[in-house]
Amino acid sequence: MTAQEYAFLVMAVVGGLAAIAVVTARNVVHAALYLVVALLSVAGVYLLLGAEFVGWVQILIYVGAIVILFLFGLMLTKAPIGRDTLDNQQRWLGALVGVGVFAGLVFLIQEAFPVQEAQAFETFQGTTGAVGEAIFSTYVLPFEAVSFLLLAALIGAIVLARKDDAT
Amino acid sequence: MIRLPLVLMFSALLFSAGVYGVLARRNAIMVLMAIELMLNAVNVNLVAFASAFHEMGGQVFALFVIAVAAAEVGIGLAIVILLFRTRESINVDEVNLLKW
Repeated sequence: MTAQEYAFLVMAVVGGLAAIAVVTARNVVHAALYLVVALLSVAGVYLLLGAEFVGWVQILIYVGAIVILFLFGLMLTKAPIGRDTLDNQQRWLGALVGVGVFAGLVFLIQEAFPVQEAQAFETFQGTTGAVGEAIFSTYVLPFEAVSFLLLAALIGAIVLARKDDAT
Repeated sequence: MIRLPLVLMFSALLFSAGVYGVLARRNAIMVLMAIELMLNAVNVNLVAFASAFHEMGGQVFALFVIAVAAAEVGIGLAIVILLFRTRESINVDEVNLLKW
């Protein structure tokens, strides 16, 4: 149990509790704020794993843009507050499915990478330069595809959300 | 210096929280938030394997997943706002006109 592993366990517990709070909160704005905590804990885990560029991009884009979009959406759609208006009647079956998925994944992880014989690995430095070299040499085709996707999403969102003036 | 299975179990916890959120929440924006949790779980998985096996590809694909998630949230919220404009409610249980 090294110091990084202690720090990771603290982040993981905070992030896990925040994630459960996102899906069980009664107030939708509280759920969005719990989502901020969960995303920040994930960014902390990235930094502990050595992926510094991905960690800062996570904070910049997820916390800084996507959560703000969610809050705007909640504001524009007048989201209700209260337990019965937020969860549907099958939430116990949903909880069963969620617990089942978690149990299945933990079983598979234990089968493939048993915790007892796992050695701690040397974290891999994900500096901006190294990630940039990888993107623009090996992964340049997915990069171009993602840029087209972002363009299409931008145009699509604008076309969808504007008010039609003519008929 | 972190054991790999612990990071994978954290990712599994985030993913199952997202699964419960998608199934149990009625508000369309809450469903989108739960989908974001699932995407983050996948990203944690990708970065953990990239770090464990010294492969840059995992981090590069995590960046692409973040970009795709941003695009998806933009479009998803545009659709939800349009839905609210026509129906005054974004309860996913009530959006069932295409059901047989």
